[in-house]
Amino acid sequence: MSAPNTQQIKDFLVEKIVKNYSGFFDKGTADLLAQIKREKISHPVVYIGMGTCGLIAGSDKTFRAAEKYFEENKVDAELVKVGCLGLCSAEPLMDVQLPGKTRISFQHVTEEKVEDLLNAVFHHTVMSENAIGQYRFHSHEEWPGLGYIEQLPFFALQRRNVLRNTGNISPFNINDYLANGGYRSLFKTVLNYTAEKVCEIIDQSELRGRGGGGYPTGKKWSVALNTGSDQKYLICNADESDPGAFMDRTLLEGDPHRVIEGIAIAAYAIGANKAYIYLRSEYKQSLSILQNALQQAKEYGFLGENIFGSGVNLNILIHQGAGAFICGEETALIASLEGGRGIPHEKPPYPAEKGLFGHPTIVNNVETLANIPAILENGPLWFKSIGKKGSTGTKVFSLTGKGVNSGTIEIPMGIKISDIVNSIAGGVKDGKKLKAVQLGGPSGVCIPLKDMETEIGFDSLQVIGASLGLGGLIILDEDTCMVNLCRYFMEFLQKESCGKCIPCREGTKRMLEILDSTIRRPKEEGSHDTLERFKGVVQLETLAEVIRDTSLCGLGQNAPNPVLSSLKWFREEYEEHIFDRKCQAGVCHDLRTYFIDPELCTGCNVCQKKCPENAIIGSVKMPHFIIESKCTGCGICFDSCKFSAIYFK
Amino acid sequence: MQFDIEINKEHVTAKKGETIKNVLDRIGIKVPTLCYMNGFSPTGNCRMCVVEVDGIPGLVPSCSHPVEEWMKIRTHSPRVIKARKTLVELLLASHPNDCLYCERNGQCELQALAAELDVRERKYQSKRNSNQIDKACPSIERDTAKCVLCGRCIRICDEIIGVGAIDVIGRGSESRIGTTYNKGLNVRACVKCGQCIQVCPTGALSEKQTFQSVIEVLNNPDLYPVIQFSPTVPASIAEEFNLKTNKDILNLFRAALKKMGFRQIFDTSMAADLTIMEEAAEFTDRFNKHRSLPMFTSCCPSWVKFVEDIRPKFLENLSSARSPQQMMGRLIKQYITSSAGQKSKNVFIVSVMPCTAKKYEAGLDNQKESEVPFVDAVITTRELIKMIRLLGIDFSGLEPEPNDSAFSIRSSAGKLFGISGGHLEGVLRTIGFMMTGQEMNPLKINDLRGLKSRKETRIKIGKHFINVVSVSGLANVKTLLDEIEAGRNDIHLVEVMTCPFGCINGGGQPKGSDEKSLKMRMKTIYDVDEEEIIKVAHKNPIIKDLYEKFLAKPNSDRNKELLHVSRCPVEL
Repeated sequence: MSAPNTQQIKDFLVEKIVKNYSGFFDKGTADLLAQIKREKISHPVVYIGMGTCGLIAGSDKTFRAAEKYFEENKVDAELVKVGCLGLCSAEPLMDVQLPGKTRISFQHVTEEKVEDLLNAVFHHTVMSENAIGQYRFHSHEEWPGLGYIEQLPFFALQRRNVLRNTGNISPFNINDYLANGGYRSLFKTVLNYTAEKVCEIIDQSELRGRGGGGYPTGKKWSVALNTGSDQKYLICNADESDPGAFMDRTLLEGDPHRVIEGIAIAAYAIGANKAYIYLRSEYKQSLSILQNALQQAKEYGFLGENIFGSGVNLNILIHQGAGAFICGEETALIASLEGGRGIPHEKPPYPAEKGLFGHPTIVNNVETLANIPAILENGPLWFKSIGKKGSTGTKVFSLTGKGVNSGTIEIPMGIKISDIVNSIAGGVKDGKKLKAVQLGGPSGVCIPLKDMETEIGFDSLQVIGASLGLGGLIILDEDTCMVNLCRYFMEFLQKESCGKCIPCREGTKRMLEILDSTIRRPKEEGSHDTLERFKGVVQLETLAEVIRDTSLCGLGQNAPNPVLSSLKWFREEYEEHIFDRKCQAGVCHDLRTYFIDPELCTGCNVCQKKCPENAIIGSVKMPHFIIESKCTGCGICFDSCKFSAIYFK
Repeated sequence: MQFDIEINKEHVTAKKGETIKNVLDRIGIKVPTLCYMNGFSPTGNCRMCVVEVDGIPGLVPSCSHPVEEWMKIRTHSPRVIKARKTLVELLLASHPNDCLYCERNGQCELQALAAELDVRERKYQSKRNSNQIDKACPSIERDTAKCVLCGRCIRICDEIIGVGAIDVIGRGSESRIGTTYNKGLNVRACVKCGQCIQVCPTGALSEKQTFQSVIEVLNNPDLYPVIQFSPTVPASIAEEFNLKTNKDILNLFRAALKKMGFRQIFDTSMAADLTIMEEAAEFTDRFNKHRSLPMFTSCCPSWVKFVEDIRPKFLENLSSARSPQQMMGRLIKQYITSSAGQKSKNVFIVSVMPCTAKKYEAGLDNQKESEVPFVDAVITTRELIKMIRLLGIDFSGLEPEPNDSAFSIRSSAGKLFGISGGHLEGVLRTIGFMMTGQEMNPLKINDLRGLKSRKETRIKIGKHFINVVSVSGLANVKTLLDEIEAGRNDIHLVEVMTCPFGCINGGGQPKGSDEKSLKMRMKTIYDVDEEEIIKVAHKNPIIKDLYEKFLAKPNSDRNKELLHVSRCPVEL
């Protein structure tokens, strides 16, 4: 049998796999499907992670090196660019699959390692320092002595529904998504279900918005569906701008069609024939992948006019943001989409009733929408069986900070924070002690050790004063200064405030100023200054309360969270900064006190010459000494000492 | 639908669709606000009007939040008051510390709010905004340091004036109100109308003040200072100093100006009569020739600038007549030189106007003759009030000054120029006479009176019907221009005033004009029309005299040179 051409593959996938899917295949169908899914291969296949995380780690060079290798060795192999598997800290990741053998995954494959690594594989050995595991394939020969990839601690507790395909399939080819069951839900939906029914199914699944608010998605859709209007809009909020959050990016880069299918179903459910993807301007990689995916979906007849002959129309447009954090807030996003300044407006009216250009509009987060196809495919009860009551399904997190592993993870709701830290993240790097976990982005909270056993979920986190937020999770070790961290978040929010309402614009600025004065050395010695600084801490609490109470939108209302939570759980650090003028973690430069180790000091005189305050005394070739009362903590001596004789406390 | 809600533990009836503030206003509870504007949709910028609603975790802005049946509201609970006070303290943390020297001292809404909320210390210490005064505009000055970003100026400029010359630039605490490329307010889009000053709660916006130099002129023995006043000014002065607005007010007003040292006092209404004559002749000519219709009036310099800069397609439709201020300036300069034996360079003509754009107009190149402007200085009504106070004029002790100046007679038609619709009424009276040779009957056109932004009517003159429109608020004019561009061709004459309801609500008028005071000012002017014997411009003996001895026929070539300007597109 000759290999099928592109048109034949397309027809096969659309007709047999999408439209007439029964779950049972004859042998020919099963064979062809296995070929498209690259389960049955006649030549070696190499997968390289080309998500943004991979590219940063140099995977494009790895890709070129692999290409060169196959060219030079005249091996007929297929190179597949895939998205991020989630294990960003192990990038560049390269998977190799030989005909008849299981797929094997290697980490940290930089370009110079490619040749040795591939040579080894073709000689049926693996470079054990790079191999992280193999995929489970029934009828394939396994590599001896290599664990399964899903058994790695990083993956063991995960439940990958939304991320099922990312890192495994090519985001550049719609056939990959189709072969893995893609667009079947859309087909089923537009032909078998009414819009009301779709809203009902989603409502039954108890899916809640993954963008931070946690509002029940089905209920929100029903409002838009039941609001009379000749035009409705669906907006996919892909303006992911929290520092340290990149799950939407992972999804868009790794499995764009899942998001597109979700958008199409959601648009159908509310009666919208136009949808927008509001994409963060910095996500250039996502943009080109999405553009390509939209083009393909249109060519296959999944978007555009008369989808699947159902009479349903849908056009999806990508709108690139202009780099404003506030545009993640739905009303600001709408204002920006309308061509105005991205500033939020008062709710009510809610966008579901009066949104884009005054028409009913649903704004859903990328992850929410990516959940939709699987719910339609497997039913609401399936979705409800994952997670826990009130928080059904899974949640994708961006795991960053001081954990051993970092990357994008998807866990079933209800597992404990400590499980994520100890198991998925693999504990804290370099044997340091865990101090806290920061959850929910810049306006999230720092969860102290005593709350580590809290389960992940909307309501359980609320009990301890935290929220899921977008899904940024930062592991903080003992070297973190909580005051400084809060200052960082406050600076971010203060800069990103739109400036419309007084409490957010002026209040965050004042809070930042107070935090600034806390981490700085007092301008003048004396008790008055200490008192002023202490008053600042008291003012922080008043300000936090008023900003939370009176701000117009979520940005302002949640801006005081980091400060409030750290004041609650780590108040002693504030007091230490103010009264003792010490930063235990040694992060706050200004509060450092420097010392010279007489054992290491050679008396070279360099630090003495460079000290702008003349705070260093000592004669040549004799150990020097720092006068603490004169030292301003600038750190010039520390930087200039060639013998590492200067240390700080 | 009506229902009961609870406000401060009392049952109150509310209607569905109302905002909480609507209900509070009705039952006499005042919540402070810095950004709210009557008649505009609320923006919720200032958060000053927040109230506590049971069941809602945060505080709720009463200006925008609709009432709902279940609501229990507390408007002045300790939590609410603390929030409001903190907001003011936050604003004051970076606000300049120069209240005593501020233009708005004593009239500042922020100052009043701070006093109301008992703010007694600078609680939050922060770097104060440094004053960076934007002096680029000939009419308006901006001090962004004093701006609280309430957004009122942006909204009035955009929604009422329709030009959008200013908007917020920057983000977060770097936000400020700015112009295109932040180049200062002398941008093409700005029409200098000064409505932004009227709504500014603080001293961030004010007119470019010239009254100090006027006082210097008054004390300069070599100069011969004279003043002309707009017909709207005396009523506003009466309002400010609690004087009765009867017939004597004009004489009292003249007495005050005399006391200040002005040698002669002229009523600009007389020049308005002249404008009527020229415009009426111009219109009759165009109407007969079916050329350049509809004709637009050109007394409002902001409107003229709007056409020049933003809709130059309509330049040929503008009347070429100069505004009354400029005609008056030109006439009295010549008159005084010839009659009072003064050298032209010593005559200093001040005009007091309800308008900031007149400052801009007086400085234009086409309003000068051999580099000498027709009007030397323009002050606003507000500036005149300041001068009256500064120079210690006490109205209670003033003897009314009889009207004895050269151009003392004016018809009441000229007086109507201050109100939207009034200019049209005045011109139509003379157009009627010019076209038919008979006086119109009745002279009063009710359709053109009242506080409406757009008034349309059809007037029968002889065998012709003339369709006229009076529009105020430039944003409304835009709609009309769009209609005309789209093919509407039944309109013959349009009167345009930039400020809502006309000059009585001008950008130079005392601040805080509400509907009541506008109606009062309007009534004062219409009352004059009722009582006046000469109700039409063409019967004004001075006008007749002028045309006989000094001028040629209305709208003739000789007059064109003196009383008209040529309208040509402004170079970019």
